[in-house]
Amino acid sequence: MMPALKVEHLAKTFPLKRPFFGPAPPGVRAVRPMSFQVETGETLGVVGESGCGKSTLARMLVGLLEPTEGMIEIEGKAIGSAGPAEFGKLIQYVFQDPQSSLNPRKTIRQVMEAPLKRLHGMTRPGRDKRIAEIFASVNLREEFLDRYPHEFSGGQAQRIGIARALAASPRIIILDEPVSALDVSVQAQVLNLLADLKSRFGLTYLFITHDLAVVEAVSERIVVLYFGSVVEIGRADRIFAAPRHPYTSLLAESAPVVGRSLTAPEQKGTELPDPLNPPPGCAFAGRCPRATDLCRTREPELKQMGEDQLAACHYPLEN
Amino acid sequence: MSAFFTLLFRNRLAALGAVVIMAILVLVLTIPLLPLRDPDVTATADRFMRPFAEGHLLGTDHLGRDLLSRLLHGTRLSLAVGIAAALIAAAIGSAIGIVAGYFGGRTDNIVMRGVDMLMAFPYILLALAIVAALGPGLMNALIAVAAVNVPFFARNIRGITVGLAGREFIDAARLAGMGHTRIILTELLPNVLPVIVIAMSTTVGWMILETAGLSFLGLGSQPPQADLGSMLGEARSAMISHPHTSIVPGLMIFLIVMSINLLGDGVRDALDPRLRSGALSRPRATTLVKRQGGVPLATDDLLAIQDLQTEFHVGRRNLRAVDGVSLAVKPGECLGVIGESGSGKSVTALSVMGLVASPPGVITGGAVRFQGEDLIGAPYETLRQKRGDRVAYIFQDPLSTLHPLYRVGQQLAEAIQSHDDMSNAEARARAIQLLNDVRIPNAERRAEDYPHEMSGGMRQRVGIAMALANEPDVIIADEPTTALDVTVQAQILSLLDDLRRERGLAIIFITHDFGVVAQLCDRVAVMYAGRIVEEGPTRAVLDAPAHPYTKRLIACVPELGGGRRELAAIPGLPPVLDDLPPGCAFAPRCNRAEESCRQGEIPLRGQTLRAVRCLFPERAL
Repeated sequence: MMPALKVEHLAKTFPLKRPFFGPAPPGVRAVRPMSFQVETGETLGVVGESGCGKSTLARMLVGLLEPTEGMIEIEGKAIGSAGPAEFGKLIQYVFQDPQSSLNPRKTIRQVMEAPLKRLHGMTRPGRDKRIAEIFASVNLREEFLDRYPHEFSGGQAQRIGIARALAASPRIIILDEPVSALDVSVQAQVLNLLADLKSRFGLTYLFITHDLAVVEAVSERIVVLYFGSVVEIGRADRIFAAPRHPYTSLLAESAPVVGRSLTAPEQKGTELPDPLNPPPGCAFAGRCPRATDLCRTREPELKQMGEDQLAACHYPLEN
Repeated sequence: MSAFFTLLFRNRLAALGAVVIMAILVLVLTIPLLPLRDPDVTATADRFMRPFAEGHLLGTDHLGRDLLSRLLHGTRLSLAVGIAAALIAAAIGSAIGIVAGYFGGRTDNIVMRGVDMLMAFPYILLALAIVAALGPGLMNALIAVAAVNVPFFARNIRGITVGLAGREFIDAARLAGMGHTRIILTELLPNVLPVIVIAMSTTVGWMILETAGLSFLGLGSQPPQADLGSMLGEARSAMISHPHTSIVPGLMIFLIVMSINLLGDGVRDALDPRLRSGALSRPRATTLVKRQGGVPLATDDLLAIQDLQTEFHVGRRNLRAVDGVSLAVKPGECLGVIGESGSGKSVTALSVMGLVASPPGVITGGAVRFQGEDLIGAPYETLRQKRGDRVAYIFQDPLSTLHPLYRVGQQLAEAIQSHDDMSNAEARARAIQLLNDVRIPNAERRAEDYPHEMSGGMRQRVGIAMALANEPDVIIADEPTTALDVTVQAQILSLLDDLRRERGLAIIFITHDFGVVAQLCDRVAVMYAGRIVEEGPTRAVLDAPAHPYTKRLIACVPELGGGRRELAAIPGLPPVLDDLPPGCAFAPRCNRAEESCRQGEIPLRGQTLRAVRCLFPERAL
């Protein structure tokens, strides 16, 4: 079967300002060359802490940022440097902050109509019918259409954000922390709605979050990012229970769990490496209890470790 | 729109300006209907007649022309030219600003450097150069004045646009297939329009002055056509002998510019969203207290919140944020307060030290006792001495609570010195000691850092060090780890846990995360819609929740290790605080609710330390 989304050697380097004298510095490598694929109908979770490059990755996948190198393939078709409008019909984005992703001076109807008009060239009656269908599928009342964004609560605004993404009839939706701005009791409503929509419309999701419990509950496979690189990929039900990379293990131990006593899993410096002055070798070596000189000099590659689990570590954890 | 006018006219001076400018506008618009003489007909025999002369209300000028008639015609012309120049400058300048701000990068650089060059030129010289190139005439003066003011609009609008262009709704519009032109016209323009109006309202007066200036120099309107500037210019030679010829147009210029500026300031204040929300109205040093009813008696707890009621009075709406909350901590104890947004948990915490912003916050009942002494309504000086010294706070976002322009070591030293009289060197040593206590590596060197140079976790450690500075007895931590990554969160939590064990600190820990509460807190109180719905020892509440809300909220939180699954959700939304249903506020979302839940007061029932506010609890206590 053809994967819904295939990414090969995708990387983004942000150039730094050239100093008045001397050559330009090498630039910040926000995303280092990474490759992975998402099967049709799958939810791939992407976890990582702030500064790991997950938002940069997401913005490249929907065409809002141009990759420095590498290739994005959607359903077998390579997408070059086409603008967001080309991407828009295949892949859509749900933003973290539902309020700031809606123009405060537009009614919800205007927001919903834009993708139908611009991407699909639908006529007025066609648009009205489609909006009614979509609103019914995300459990929103049609009377909301003539209101303005500030009149909605976070959960409702996020449903509108999802409805807008659906309006483009994409194959893939990138969910960038879609529930982290919401209250817990509303979080579950939105997550369940997303699961329901996925099976109903045959969607494929890329679910970006920093919340391990949420990502485990919704994904089939999970990618763990650290400092712009993939450090581990594995099945959601296995990766936190049997991590191979020490960073994944640290993440799993840090998540607060009812019934586990409080122990600081790490007493070494918690600072991320300086992106302007990245260390040679493994970026995690400075925080890793298993690091040796090899780790500090040579960057580990992503290697197969057991059945459908990959990790980038010279000294992977044994199970 | 009517709200805008109410706001505008609340400003007396703006209202005065509006009245004056409206009167002038009505006068000049009705010129064809008024019995005026022809402004350009000369009658040398009647030159320099004084005001109130027969047939010439304001007298005549050096050619015997009727001054009143010339004044009104001139005012009309000056206003028209000034307003036209403002419109042209606003249109061109805003277009440049939006384009530069939206595209950014090289476009921005080239356009804005061009604008800078235009700005670096003395404006009157520039206007003179333009008029000199195009030749004198009112039309050319208009072009010159507009051109001179373009940079002002371009810079203002570019600044606003840069902020907007980074917002997510612009990305969303691009993904919806909109082109650049459409995004600029339909997404950006409606959002910058208020700023354009504000900028225009404050510059129209200035542009009228500039046009008058050019006419005064003889570069604007040409004789015999009158405008205010040329009238002044012509009257200049007779200023000493016949002052009224200069005073009449001068007074008119003064009235116009003054009233437009007053009105413009009013418009700016009424349109500025920050002013509208009252953010610039200075809050009081402590929360306003209007206590009704009796004051509860003292207990032997370290800190006791007793039947606290805090409301927000916004316009005619009364939001009951905290409605009869009682909590207490003993030394070395950690109390968790759990709730969703709007449950009143943060307002409860801020009420303790009178830190709820007033207006709109008002404490309407109850007491907060620290070692038996009531803090509600205590004089500001008493509260100030206790703030940070006996009861300290840790907030969610340390970046917004630390001062960005001072080194963290300095800020810590200042916090110490505000309560303890010690030398700078001693305070600095103590600050470094504190940074060591919260396990910041290289404390000596990090004390020299500015807040933005530290990571989120390090900043929150500084926040904790700040709270510990004066060895308080109670720390109130309001979601201190919500903004942090999980690995950092784990470290901060274990740091807080160590501190309370080592120093016997009492902690009130406010959060929405059950995992955090389970790991850190001895007891927990669950809040919903401004009330405590359940409280008890952490284990008891988490293992056997009695209130349906607690039970269902716990079920909503996914836990690591649970695998892929359908998550439980609570249908519906939390209630609005100014429209709480009678009875139990959770009843509309509750599956166990019956008729009796929707009426009357439902008390918090149970033993000491374990209680629930429910008629049909999940289990008997």
